[in-house]
Amino acid sequence: MDSTSKNFKANSRRALDDSTLQRALGNIKTGFQEKRRQVTSELPEFEALRDQGRDIKNHVLANLDFYLERFEEKVVENGGVVHWCRTPEEARKTILDIAKTRNAQTVTKGKSMVAEEIGLNDYLEENGIEPVETDLGEYIIQLRHEPPSHIIAPAIHVTREQIAEDFRKHHTDLDPERRLETPQDFTDEARAKLRDRYFAADVGVTGANFLIAETGSTVIVTNEGNGDMTQLLGKCHVVIASLEKIVPTLEDASTILRLLARSATGQEMSVYTTFSTGPRRAKDLDGPEEFHVVLLDNGRSAMLGTEFQDMLRCIRCAACMNHCPVYAAVGGHAYGWVYPGPMGAVLTPSLIGVEEAGHLPNASTFCGRCESVCPMRIPLPKMMRHYRTREFERDLGSPRVKSALKLWAGLATRPKLYRFATGIVMRVLGALGGKAGKFKSLPLAGGWTKVRDMPAPQGKTFHQLYAEKKRVA
Amino acid sequence: MSSARDQILGSIRKSLGREALAGEDAAKLHEKLARPPRNLIPDRTDLDHDGQVGLFKDKLVAAACSVSEVSGMDQVPKALSEWLGRENLAARVIQSPALAADLDWSDTPTLEVKTGMSDGTDETSITPIFAGVAETGTLMLQSDASLPTSLNFLPENHVVIVRENQIVGPLEDAWARLRTARAAESGETMPRTVNLITGPSRTGDIEQKIQMGAHGPRRLHVILVRD
Amino acid sequence: MGEFSAEGAAFMASNTKTNPKVGLFVTCLVDLYRPSVGFAAIKLLEDAGCTVEVPDAQTCCGQPAFNSGDLPDTRAIARQVIDAFEGFDYVVAPSGSCAGMIHEHYPALFADEPETAQRAQHLSKRTHELVSFLVDVMGVEGVDAKLDGSVTYHDSCSGLRELGVKAQPRKLLSTVKGLSLTELPSAEICCGFGGTFCIKYPDISDKMVTDKVTDVAATGAATLLAGDLGCLLNMAGKIKRLGHTTKVRHVAEVLADMADQPGIGDGKA
Repeated sequence: MDSTSKNFKANSRRALDDSTLQRALGNIKTGFQEKRRQVTSELPEFEALRDQGRDIKNHVLANLDFYLERFEEKVVENGGVVHWCRTPEEARKTILDIAKTRNAQTVTKGKSMVAEEIGLNDYLEENGIEPVETDLGEYIIQLRHEPPSHIIAPAIHVTREQIAEDFRKHHTDLDPERRLETPQDFTDEARAKLRDRYFAADVGVTGANFLIAETGSTVIVTNEGNGDMTQLLGKCHVVIASLEKIVPTLEDASTILRLLARSATGQEMSVYTTFSTGPRRAKDLDGPEEFHVVLLDNGRSAMLGTEFQDMLRCIRCAACMNHCPVYAAVGGHAYGWVYPGPMGAVLTPSLIGVEEAGHLPNASTFCGRCESVCPMRIPLPKMMRHYRTREFERDLGSPRVKSALKLWAGLATRPKLYRFATGIVMRVLGALGGKAGKFKSLPLAGGWTKVRDMPAPQGKTFHQLYAEKKRVA
Repeated sequence: MSSARDQILGSIRKSLGREALAGEDAAKLHEKLARPPRNLIPDRTDLDHDGQVGLFKDKLVAAACSVSEVSGMDQVPKALSEWLGRENLAARVIQSPALAADLDWSDTPTLEVKTGMSDGTDETSITPIFAGVAETGTLMLQSDASLPTSLNFLPENHVVIVRENQIVGPLEDAWARLRTARAAESGETMPRTVNLITGPSRTGDIEQKIQMGAHGPRRLHVILVRD
Repeated sequence: MGEFSAEGAAFMASNTKTNPKVGLFVTCLVDLYRPSVGFAAIKLLEDAGCTVEVPDAQTCCGQPAFNSGDLPDTRAIARQVIDAFEGFDYVVAPSGSCAGMIHEHYPALFADEPETAQRAQHLSKRTHELVSFLVDVMGVEGVDAKLDGSVTYHDSCSGLRELGVKAQPRKLLSTVKGLSLTELPSAEICCGFGGTFCIKYPDISDKMVTDKVTDVAATGAATLLAGDLGCLLNMAGKIKRLGHTTKVRHVAEVLADMADQPGIGDGKA
């Protein structure tokens, strides 16, 4: 997928001006946040489980090669194939080749962020194969030709009025006067529309929440059941997953499952957690005839051993973006690539470069709410700061900001000069602004006073007053 | 040129600053996979079996399932028939082949019963489960020659039969049972599919309002057999 | 660093409530913008039985440089703070953000300089935010102050999430005569200040602070309190720009019964 992360500022300005989007974003607080709070409060062991989740993933990352090899052995033992892909190009090509050997006309798809990362839909279309998104949210944004704006609620930015318009435009065989108002109206219509597509599909592509080394299983977690229909009814099941999705055992997956749905949607368990292990067995009545796992690296192996390794613990629950005030203000599209919010602010520069995505780790107040809810205890603000350090060292940031900071640091390390200079400035500001108590505008502070007043200082600095007091005493 | 596989594994090892694991390091990890240790298990299932059954029922209801109880497998057809009537559903059902020998439908002559896999036109299916997880009200179902997965997803209504002794506390106990059962049967740990199902299908994709029956069943009814 | 934690624990135990020597880290914003907060802090600390000193060689904690990725300047400033606050039993700041910087981040800055890292660790362990220090370390149960009217309280992010400042200000505010606290529903959500963030991304910051002060107004409280001047300047600036009448103060001013000067952003009467 092409990135517009460089335009983060313009993207976010547009998002802030979009009243429909702002209305849609308003649902996050009452939805995800409140439900997560409730469900985690009902599990006393939640914090201890977060520690274990972190430890499991750290153990995996330290032994990633070992577990990937064991996983592959088991997949092959069960009659499946593992395809190792270094780049998005290799992964796309691999999936296209599989589809071609099945003479596929259509490919049904369960929701997969890695499929977005490799731009799979556009590529299949260019090669004459129709991709059909089956997750309701993904289906909606596919009709709208938009990327997802959230990793678990891809159409969170769309209102029901907009969906009604899209459905009427695309489902032209239905009564144009039909009612499209309630969530049930939309869900029923999409359900009926997609039923036939599952049966007609030659290949079903899903992502994976986990890969299990012990058994060679891939796991998807959904609420709709679309991922299951996709793999069950297609003749060939292709799983696309990035390397770090691996966990050692069913027990380890169980531990992380206790964290995943609670952190994501505020459920104890999602409705469907499906473990897929190879193609259908000889006497099975249903299930795909082929089972392929496309393993994508795309820069992740190079993140190991760096200050960004912890990011590979991410289980894509979206708790960070659900609790991020910046995400809540601008939504996911402003971030300009596949992964929005705090996890995107770290992962995006890791995958497509800090030159392209430098804004993202800067666009944070470091309020720390993301880290406080991350089930895998990923220190997201710390890693954003690492990117700022890289940017600073490579001189990629704004030169004006940099020189202002240098001036401040120069003063701050010379306390006498600092007292002298700040003493004068504050006295002047205090005298000018004291009566009103504030400034409507101030030279060199346009970024501040454009949107808010600048409270006036009280006048003398603390250190001046303190010195005066001491003299008197 | 080395394969993508070798390059990726090589890149991982380079980043980790080591060669492929060998000797004792590898042996320890092999042991972990062969005999997976348990992690922390929440206290909530620390109950006697009756307590676990009670928790299971509560959690089913919390997940939007309906539950009816019968005293033996012979009561199941009648319970199903009554439930279909209560929900105003057609008196037609498709049963999993695995149930054919266990259920005697002769007392419910008005109920039309098919056996097999679903072609997508069936309104209601009835299947057994492998285990019921009290911790979260989760049903564990596996695929098999007599257990087609399509019955779990395609019909509008899914009815499952849970026998009391299939109810376990935490998810880990269900895995333990599955490993034991499969080791006795085929030797491989996993069937093609294990479905963990917690409530009926739903979506929150329309303005975050929860709506049942997104693609899978709209209703999930549990007949609990206390025999 | 095992010996440090043991030493630190013994130290805390022996000094609790027994006239400890406290170095006040005034913070740059209090120094420049609102000296009254510094004097309120001194009064609260002295009332709690501390001997307070204000080392002269202090300026800023280094956060602007740190959060902008400028590690060399951050280290230079941190070294100065470490030097200036050697020899105190505790270091206290009327800010969760600056105390958090020293407490959470200083030690890691000197990963390559073991000796400085040890000193940073030593400082980190005895550095506290003002109100949590009063309650958690000095065991203060209440204050002798009066403020007629309703207030609401914003939990500044660093204090809340890095230092666990949440119950302590509420505990002391509940002992202020005449004061009634109305909780702010979004109290734990960032106000949009974020240091340089508010200058670099003014549009997003504006949205965040607008939401915040809208929530503040909805509480109907006459006064907004918080423990960090950065957040307070941001919220006060927006409140004044929108023409709301809410008074804005640092919590220390109220607890020290020194809330007689104009609120932040208010003119002299």
